Amino acid sequence: MKHVDEPGYSNDIDCYIRNGGYEDLKKAFAMKPEDICAEVMESGVRGRGGAGFPAGMKWKFLDRKSGKPIYLVCNADESEPGTFKDRQIIHQDPHQLIEGMICSAYAVGAKLAFIYIRGEFFEGYRILERAIEEARAKNFLGDNILGSDYSCDIIVHRGAGAYICGEETGLIESLEGNRANPRIKPPYFPAALGLYQCPTIVNNVETLCDVKHVVSMGGAEFAKIGTPGNTGTRTWCVSGHVMKPGFYEFACADLTLGELIYDVCGGLRPGRSLKAVIPGGSSAKVLRADERFTGKLKNGTAFDWGIGDIPMDFDSLMACGSMSGSGGVIVMDDSTDIVEALANINYFYAHESCGQCTPCREGVPWMRKITARMVAGEAREEDADLLNSIADQIAGRTICAFGEAASWPVQSFIAKFKDEFVEKAREQAARRKEGKDAAKETVLI
Amino acid sequence: MKLKPETTEKIDKLVPRYPVKRSAALPLCHLVQEDQGYLSNEAVEWIAERLELEPINIQELVTFYPMLRTEPTGKYHVRVCRTLPCALAGAYQTCRKLEEALDVAVGHTSEDGLATLEFVECHADCGKAPVVMVGEDEYTGIDVEKALEMAEKMKSGTLPTGLEVHTEA
Ligand SMILES: Cc1cc2nc3c(=O)[nH]c(=O)nc-3n(C[C@H](O)[C@H](O)[C@H](O)COP(=O)(O)O)c2cc1C
Ligand code: SF4
Ligand code: FES
Repeated sequence: MKHVDEPGYSNDIDCYIRNGGYEDLKKAFAMKPEDICAEVMESGVRGRGGAGFPAGMKWKFLDRKSGKPIYLVCNADESEPGTFKDRQIIHQDPHQLIEGMICSAYAVGAKLAFIYIRGEFFEGYRILERAIEEARAKNFLGDNILGSDYSCDIIVHRGAGAYICGEETGLIESLEGNRANPRIKPPYFPAALGLYQCPTIVNNVETLCDVKHVVSMGGAEFAKIGTPGNTGTRTWCVSGHVMKPGFYEFACADLTLGELIYDVCGGLRPGRSLKAVIPGGSSAKVLRADERFTGKLKNGTAFDWGIGDIPMDFDSLMACGSMSGSGGVIVMDDSTDIVEALANINYFYAHESCGQCTPCREGVPWMRKITARMVAGEAREEDADLLNSIADQIAGRTICAFGEAASWPVQSFIAKFKDEFVEKAREQAARRKEGKDAAKETVLI
Repeated sequence: MKLKPETTEKIDKLVPRYPVKRSAALPLCHLVQEDQGYLSNEAVEWIAERLELEPINIQELVTFYPMLRTEPTGKYHVRVCRTLPCALAGAYQTCRKLEEALDVAVGHTSEDGLATLEFVECHADCGKAPVVMVGEDEYTGIDVEKALEMAEKMKSGTLPTGLEVHTEA
């Protein structure tokens, strides 16, 4: 998002072209599709949607021999709580996404591409529709693009408020006109059996924008940004208890979590201290402010970090037992009631389960009920263990990774803050003894 | 069912773009809902017929997707974000204030039909929490005070609308 902060930069095609826009598309068309795929592979760019899977590898898995049409789908569902980066790209630089998508579609051999955008992005939808019209008028989209024999169209498809549409196979079901019930993998890997049972590539908005930059600078140059295995930039979305929440783009590993919170985001509110950070969207495991993180990185280097020392990239956060996920960094200071925070998160997942798998459909609402009861004044000392045992029986036993997404917060909050769960019960018992109302007024639920 | 001519036009343009007709089901639900305010049984049957599906194929979408509704909303459709980043910024207090000021319980429409109040999941603008949407407009940084102002403006019919993002109520 190089240009968006420049004064006068607007989201129309003329401004985009004035700033060198669609030059990379011309460059892409002068290349063979397989060469673009090779550049993307070499760039090492990893998916920005959550799982961090290398895009080049995903493209390599694409079944090109089936004889069926190939589809490209841009995942613009952006519904992981704490994440708001795709929104910025769509609102402020929609043509970057469109250019990235046409380059990608050309590379993978797709003649029809979709942008699946969450239903609440009313304005984002209108912006994209207009941008696509503008691109079509200039023959960057449509039939025989720029005089080549390649034709491609993009359809913007609106979701309707269900988080599970962000999961790629749920998204595909939704795009087919069904409920967004995720499909079981194998066999339904989108690259082999995706949309309409055809080979399909699903990538996040930011990932597809990265493809444009790979075309522009070449895979090897792109790979020099960041560190090996963690290439390119990432847009960190910081929310919660910091002075200057917002989105900030940095090269991977260019700064630490401490620098992000204290230097970039202006630190915490006066008089407050850090309690916990969820570093990659609400599904990511929570980090406790006073933890020491030790171990070995993939490349063998030993590390010993406090929370502020963690480099912001895929592998470092993973080595600390969490993940960079969708880039949503949620900061909590010492005013935060941890049980309430988990109760809030559980409410979200209980609401969003698609209901196909029993452990998820039943277990996640149980977890919600337990944390709701805890904050309502009926906490029991054994609740922490009970919550944990439910979460353990969900993760790994479901069709899609929502099971993990819903369990990780519970497992990590309890692993790191068990004392506060137990204390909640004791405190309530003490208040009850004094004849007071056991429940305190809640803030987060 | 009587649809506005521009809705029919949009539908006729949209359906043939999809390789499989059924894919147009969700977009049609949106278009018809925007036209009619909600999805009645008649609307569900109409969409099904238009796409050569059974009504149940549409009904199952209406019951799955939170944005599709079977009843009209009040004049203002107020959606307060309740997920963690907004909650950390005071979304629950914002929502309680709106309940009180608009005299409506969450999940309901006020008796005078002025506002429908909902408490919903992340609007993906958590850096500007608490976030409130009214219809298609987004209002950011809505603390208790601004919530009160918004409610007053809804009552007097002077809430500004039609902007991309409102940073002031
Ligand atoms: C429950 C769940 C929700 C998800 N939500 C999103 C989302 O909102 N946006 C997104 O890009 N990816 C989301 N993903 C990840 C997608 O399944 C998929 O991995 C991603 O779109 C692939 O793109 P990428 O490789 O470019 O990251 C979600 C995954 C799960 C399990
Ligand atoms: S894990 Fe949950 S969300 Fe995923 S398919 Fe199963 S029930 Fe649906
Ligand atoms: S949590 Fe409210 S906008 Fe994301």
